[in-house]
Amino acid sequence: MQYTLTILVLPLLTFLFLGFFSKVLPHKLSGIIGTASLAVVAVLSYIAAVQYFFGGVGASMAGGDVNEYQAIIAINFEWLKFTPQLHIDLGILLDPISVMMLVVISTVSLMVHIYSMGYMRGEKGFQRYFAILSLFTFSMLGLVVATNIFQMYIFWELVGVSSYLLIGFYYTKPSAVAASKKAFIVTRFADLGFLTGILILSYFTKTFDFAALTANNGALVINSMAGMSFMGISIASWAMALIFTGGAGKSAMFPLHIWLPDAMEGPTPVSALIHAATMVVAGVYLVARLFPVYFFATPDVLTLIAYVGVFTALFAAVIAVTQTDIKRVLAFSTISQIAYMMVALGVSGYEGHNGLGYMASMFHLFTHAFFKALLFLGAGSVIHAVHSNEMKNMGNLRKYMPITHITFLIACLAIAGIPPFSGFFSKDEILAAAFAHDKVIFITLWIVAGLTAFYMFRLYYRIFWGEETVHEHVPHESPKIMTYPLLFLALLSVITGLIPFGKLVSADRLELHTHIEWGVAAASVLAALLGIFIARHLYRKRSGKPERIAASLGSFYRAAVRKFYLDEVWYFVTRKVIFRHASTPIAKFDKKYIDGTMNAIGNTTVAASEAVKGLQSGRVQWYAWVFIVGVFVILLCWVL
Amino acid sequence: MNILSLFVAIPTVMLLLLFCIKSQNAIRALMVAGSSALLLLAGVVTFMFLQERAVNPDVMLFVSDTVWYEALNIHYAVGVDGISVLMLGLSAIIMFTGVFSSWNMERSFFMWFCLLTIGVFGFFISLDLFTMFLFYEVALIPMYLLIGVWGTGKKEYSAMKLTLMLMGGSAFLLTGILGIYFTTGGTTMNIVEIAKNHIVPMAHQYWIFPVTFLGFGVLGALFPFHTWSPDGHASAPTSVSMLHAGVLMKLGGYGCFRVAIFLMPQAAQELSWIFLILTGISVVYGALSAVVQTDLKYINAYSSVSHCGLVLFAILMLNRTAMTGAVLQMLSHGLMTALFFALIGLIYGRTHTRDIREMGGLMKIMPFASVCYVIAGLASLGLPGLSGFVAEMTIFVGSFQEQDTFRRILTLIATTSIVVTAVYILRTVGKFLYGELVNPEHANLTDATWYERVSVAVLILFIVAIGVLPNFSSNIISDSIAPVIAGLR
Repeated sequence: MQYTLTILVLPLLTFLFLGFFSKVLPHKLSGIIGTASLAVVAVLSYIAAVQYFFGGVGASMAGGDVNEYQAIIAINFEWLKFTPQLHIDLGILLDPISVMMLVVISTVSLMVHIYSMGYMRGEKGFQRYFAILSLFTFSMLGLVVATNIFQMYIFWELVGVSSYLLIGFYYTKPSAVAASKKAFIVTRFADLGFLTGILILSYFTKTFDFAALTANNGALVINSMAGMSFMGISIASWAMALIFTGGAGKSAMFPLHIWLPDAMEGPTPVSALIHAATMVVAGVYLVARLFPVYFFATPDVLTLIAYVGVFTALFAAVIAVTQTDIKRVLAFSTISQIAYMMVALGVSGYEGHNGLGYMASMFHLFTHAFFKALLFLGAGSVIHAVHSNEMKNMGNLRKYMPITHITFLIACLAIAGIPPFSGFFSKDEILAAAFAHDKVIFITLWIVAGLTAFYMFRLYYRIFWGEETVHEHVPHESPKIMTYPLLFLALLSVITGLIPFGKLVSADRLELHTHIEWGVAAASVLAALLGIFIARHLYRKRSGKPERIAASLGSFYRAAVRKFYLDEVWYFVTRKVIFRHASTPIAKFDKKYIDGTMNAIGNTTVAASEAVKGLQSGRVQWYAWVFIVGVFVILLCWVL
Repeated sequence: MNILSLFVAIPTVMLLLLFCIKSQNAIRALMVAGSSALLLLAGVVTFMFLQERAVNPDVMLFVSDTVWYEALNIHYAVGVDGISVLMLGLSAIIMFTGVFSSWNMERSFFMWFCLLTIGVFGFFISLDLFTMFLFYEVALIPMYLLIGVWGTGKKEYSAMKLTLMLMGGSAFLLTGILGIYFTTGGTTMNIVEIAKNHIVPMAHQYWIFPVTFLGFGVLGALFPFHTWSPDGHASAPTSVSMLHAGVLMKLGGYGCFRVAIFLMPQAAQELSWIFLILTGISVVYGALSAVVQTDLKYINAYSSVSHCGLVLFAILMLNRTAMTGAVLQMLSHGLMTALFFALIGLIYGRTHTRDIREMGGLMKIMPFASVCYVIAGLASLGLPGLSGFVAEMTIFVGSFQEQDTFRRILTLIATTSIVVTAVYILRTVGKFLYGELVNPEHANLTDATWYERVSVAVLILFIVAIGVLPNFSSNIISDSIAPVIAGLR
């Protein structure tokens, strides 16, 4: 499977090529080069997936005829040696989840590349855009195939920086610059936790290697840190919780989610790729990657993950209902859906059918990537047509944009969980897993499912139905280069739910037979239909009802619109605490006291020499006078 | 002649030739030729070193020893290990790029410039304490004139402050060196010899270690003796800032390692906690101070306080991994900060301001310089693939291997600097490169010239090289640290 190296190297070379020759390459050519290289990557990923899952490369028979998927190390070499035991390796690990991610990333990335050729046409910096898109794809692929936690951290930082560069793509726009800065700094802060966690974990286990960490049900972690605790919590829990912090930052879990809505300042295809389908699920992937450790060594942290997830899912869904910028609605929706995946991991067991949550989480990651990318690209198509992000500038667009309309509707049905669209299947598994684990979590997720359907269809009706607004230009359907990716993703949103996912991906890598939990399915479909029905009632035709409901909710509604004031907390921490109450006093202290002391030493020296320099004035009369006085003083002493 | 002596001989010849030539082009040709020769020499020495290392287990290679002053046992003794080889390489790179960054300077500037490099190269090849000290002083003195004459702003004040503070450090250093010489019986000044056969008595180590560490530490911007650095760098002309922050500050770290710790290992172990606290403060304090600065050079100077603080911090951890990280950080910081100063000089030469509030939107006007500045910034905040990441991670992982809670907590505090660094780098970049044009007059500025591009590109090349293939330098360093570690345990 060594050819998988090409999957990584190709986007990197594309990045370097487009980066170096951005001045000389014509727009169109650089787009074609980027897209063509991604197409090759996608094809190779599909080949790898087929070989791995169905070609007998990954599967081995573990007693009887049960499939057990093996982790294959395709390539591994030492990159940087710290100590004889601790060294960063770079390599390619192929196991069910990494192969699945390869498929997701390359598919969505390819669609986004194609779409961008239309969407970004005529933008200044077109070459730069494609160059960084390739850099991102390279980094993301490197992240998912990481053989060890430090490799993951390396690529984790690289995806962070590509995200920074792409959010700030319109760098003359102050809001975009601020958003990119915020995204980087918030995730950096989370990464500090990740790094600290790695330091603690690696110190005790003496390895970064995923295989060693997760082998034998996390025995290494359990044994190496047995009996040690800090502030009443075991060291292992600290380490794993800190590592989860990194994941929570990337995956926008409360309260580290604040960067994601602002990240919508980037070009819309970027939001589709990075901030919906791939990078933001890295946190989920990280937890999944270390799942045996979480489950066996630190079940307390896993419970924490479940609760953080549940809270975030509800919290983001409530905010999503109140937003009027269509990209922000989608951003909060993304936060909510990723939280869903986190919860699924949090409530999951390990062996056999207990591992349903794990499988459901990965399944939802898989289906969500396609329908959420579709939603973003559809939103991009709408924005492209009306030149605005605000719902109030849209309405009745189904007349003008039939393809966007239909594909968007499919995606909405998928995310709402209406059968037979893909979201139904994955969401049903998550709800079933939650139901088996904890009823409170289940009920919250059920409410979130209803809310999801409601805000998605609110979005749908407000864009495509209702009254037409006055447009400067008559809106028109996007060009084919943009609608084909929509159609392709719509197709995926319809069919991916039918994949027997449990046969391919499961916590213990054994085949997991799943079946639809009819009770749970009925409940979730009911919630979804209820949400859709209310949205239809309120938004299909223009009426004053939404405003009246909003008014009746009073301060709660206003707080939700303002995202529960967390942005204000962020400004308070950065501007007040760090800038005004830490850095400014330190800089002043440095100037006044430290530097002042040094200057004072200098001045004292000067003053001292001023004081004594009179003694060596060179005036002979003065010397003579002093001499005579001296003689008299001595004489006087002698006489007396 | 020993090949290492060429490092001193070439700049000396350049200095002499500068007396004979007048035309600007001839001066440039000479400087480029000479610095290229040094760069080439550094490459050759690295290659030869690797060949020799494979077969020769001695601590120092290419050793040569000539008696210079019999009465005090002062020798001209030279030799290199892996660390000095890399430091020589760093110095050669920075000198080379410094020449391109001071393309329009006059003859007398280059004379002092050459003298400065004689001192730097001499310091790194010396094995004799006294010769080392001598070269150290040779490197310091030209700084006064280079800043005082060719600087900008309040240059006399800054030059005076820098020189006096560093001279204060040298006073400590001289005391320490004489202390080492006399307490070991007054028979040799050779570092390797002392470490091997004449261990400094324990009682004396207790005062000599702090004295020498402080002496070198001042140059390494140890808190609270760092204040020469912001003013000094702000006033210095571009290439002097580059050499000073890029190489001279490394003399501090190198000296702490080669003299203070190598010769006084027991005291280092027992007293390191005091300096660990000071360097720990440097790391966080420098980074936080940088956040509110508005002058590009001040930002970079405080950032250097933070990064160089990390060098000393890691050296004091006294384990192999952390010390390897320290040397990597010296290389990385040297290249990075030189790149920053080269770019700041380039920008200042055009905008005539370094205040980030008076600039904005330069990315559109000077894409090359701006993109390079962003790369420098990313290196500084530790992006994988660039040198800063490799150095910092080696330091953090290494420091965390220490058993005691005190060192662990300090390490965790030091790691917070990676967030603060991101804050000030992104703030700076966001303010003066992104956004709309602030000063309409800047619309007509030109991008980097070819010689400025050479300087910047070479620096970036090496930053990427270390960042992408870290094991090359890391292994050389780690190998050379073994004897020091052996002395510690």
